[in-house]
Amino acid sequence: MNKPAKEKTNKVIRFQTGLQESRRVVSNGLIEKITTFRNTRALDSMATVLITVFGWTAIFVLIGIAGFLIHSSMRAFDEVGIWSMIAGTDWFPTSSDARYGFLPAQVGSIWVTIVALAACVPIGVLSAVYLSEFASSRFREIAKAIIEFMVTIPSVVFGLIGLSVLVPLIREYLPVDSGLIGLTAGLIVGVVCLPTIISISEDALRSVPRELRHGSFALGNTRWQTAYKVILPAASSGVFAAVMLGMGRAIGETMVVLMLAGNAGIIPGSPLEAARTMTGTIAQETGEVVRGSVHFAVLFALGLVLFVSTFIINLIADMVLERSRKKWRR
Amino acid sequence: MVKTPATAMTSSVEAVASKTASFDLQNVSVSYGSEKALEGVSFYIEPLKVTALIGPSGCGKSTLLRCFNRMNDAIDNVSVEGLIALNGQDIYAKAVDPVSLRMYVGQVFQRPNPFPLSIYDNVAFGPRTQGVRKRDELDEIVIDSLKKAALYDEVKNSLKKHAFELSGGQQQRLCIARALATKPGVLLMDEPCSALDPISTGMIEETVLHLKESMTIVMVTHNMQQAARISDTTAFLLRESIEEPATLVEVTDTTTMFTQPNDKRTENYITGRFG
Repeated sequence: MNKPAKEKTNKVIRFQTGLQESRRVVSNGLIEKITTFRNTRALDSMATVLITVFGWTAIFVLIGIAGFLIHSSMRAFDEVGIWSMIAGTDWFPTSSDARYGFLPAQVGSIWVTIVALAACVPIGVLSAVYLSEFASSRFREIAKAIIEFMVTIPSVVFGLIGLSVLVPLIREYLPVDSGLIGLTAGLIVGVVCLPTIISISEDALRSVPRELRHGSFALGNTRWQTAYKVILPAASSGVFAAVMLGMGRAIGETMVVLMLAGNAGIIPGSPLEAARTMTGTIAQETGEVVRGSVHFAVLFALGLVLFVSTFIINLIADMVLERSRKKWRR
Repeated sequence: MVKTPATAMTSSVEAVASKTASFDLQNVSVSYGSEKALEGVSFYIEPLKVTALIGPSGCGKSTLLRCFNRMNDAIDNVSVEGLIALNGQDIYAKAVDPVSLRMYVGQVFQRPNPFPLSIYDNVAFGPRTQGVRKRDELDEIVIDSLKKAALYDEVKNSLKKHAFELSGGQQQRLCIARALATKPGVLLMDEPCSALDPISTGMIEETVLHLKESMTIVMVTHNMQQAARISDTTAFLLRESIEEPATLVEVTDTTTMFTQPNDKRTENYITGRFG
C-alpha cells in the first residue's frame, strides 16, 4: 500500500474512534491546506505579472534603442540623405565642404571581420571538435572553464597585448610601413571571438546524440572519420550559428580596432592598409562633435547601420540555432 | 588460457573473415572502473546460429554484447579481462585493430540511429569508409543490403529521401541494411525491437531468420517470446545482488532452455516469477 493511502486510512480510523483530538488534527490540516492554496495562488499570479513585465522590458529596451537611434539620426537623413551616407566614399566630417560617406568605415569593418573570421573559425571549430570528440572529460571541463573565462576578459587587454606583441611582428615581417593595419586588428579581434565560437560549436557538437557516434564506430570508422563524416555535418547548423555569433561580435568589437587598426579615413584596399571601422569611428568622434550638429546625427545614423547589421546577423544565427535544436527532437 | 599468437591486424581479420564466424569466450569479466559488472563468462557461440542473451535489466547483456566488437573501448573506464576469440583470434590482442574488427562484426542498436543523410548515403556509409568509390559497385551493395534487410521494396523509388522521413521500423531496418553493407560475418543486435511496434518487430525477426543463413547473430532481448521464436541458443545472465557482478547462469539450446531449464533461477525467470 502506498504512503498517502495509508495516512488516509489512519486518519479515517482515528476519525471513527471519535476522539476530539484527532478530529482537530484533520480539520486543522484541511484549513491549512486551503489557506496555503490561496497564498500560492496569489504568489503565483504576482510572479506571473513580474516575469511578464521583466520579459517585455527587454523587448521595450530593444525597441527603445532602435527608436532612439532613428530619432537621433533623422537630421542626417534629412540633410545628408541615406544614399550619400551608405554609398558615400569620402569621410570628411569636419571640412567646410563636409562629406559623410560611410564606405571607408563599412569596408574597414568588413576587412577586419573577414580577417578575424579567417583566423578564428578554423581554430575555433577544430578546438571544439577536439574538446567534444577527443579530449577526456576531465580535460574538457577544465578547458571549457578557461574558455568561458576568456569571454569575460575586457577586449582592451587583448588590444594591449596586440600593441606590444603583434604590431612589432607585423612591421618586421610584412611589407608595411606601420603595424597598425586592418590585419593586426582583425587577428586580435579573432582572438576575442575565439571563445564564443569554441564554446557554442562545442555545445552543438555535443548535442549530437551518442547513438550516432556509436553507429559510426560500429561501422568501422575511426574517431576522426566519425567526427568529420557524421558529427560535424549533423551539428553543422549549430556550428554555423556559432560562426555567425562570432561574426556579430567581430563587427561590434570597438576597443581592439581603435587601438590597432590605424584609423585612417580612407577606403582600405586590403587588410594590409590602415582601416577604420564603424565602431571605431563612433567611439573616436562622439567626444569631439558638437551636440545636435549634422555630424552628431550622422554618427547616430552610422550607429543605426551597425545596429541593423548585427541585429540581422544575430537573428540569422538564432534562427539557425533553433532549427538545429529542433532537428534532434524526434 | 590459450592465446592465439598476435598476427598483423589486417591479415588476421581477413583470415577470420574467410570462414563462418564463431566466438569462444573463456572466463570473460568486464569492469566499469573498480566495479565488476560481469564475471567468469565462458561459452561458445556457434557459427550461422542465432544466439540470444536474456536476463533482467542490469545483468550485463549489453555490456557483454559490446565486448564482441570492442565497442566498450569507446566508453571510458571499461576494462575487459579473459579471452574472447573470433575464429581462434583473440580480438583483444594488441595486433587487432578495433576499427577493422567492427567492419566484420556489425552492430544494430536499441534505438534506430540513422545518420542525418539520405537512405542511399546511410547504407553506402560503411563501404565508402572501406574505400569503395565506383558508383555501380556502391549501387549494387546498397540495393543488395536493402533487400537483405527487407526494406528495398518500400524505398526503391526514394533512395535519395532523407533517412529521418522513414518510420521507426523502417529506420531500424535501414540500420540493419547499413550494418550489412560492410559484409559482416557477425551481426550484434542490442534489443533491436524494443522501440518498435509488433508489425515492425515481426519484419525484423523474419529478416534475422533469413540472415542467419549467411552470418552469425548474437542478439540481446528482453522479450522471451522473441528469444524462443528466433534463437537457436539462449544464454541466461543474472546479477543476483547489487554487490556482486553478474554471471552466466546457463547456456543451452533454446528449446531446452524454455522447456526444461537446468537451473531453478532460469525457470523462475522464464516463467515470469521475477525480473
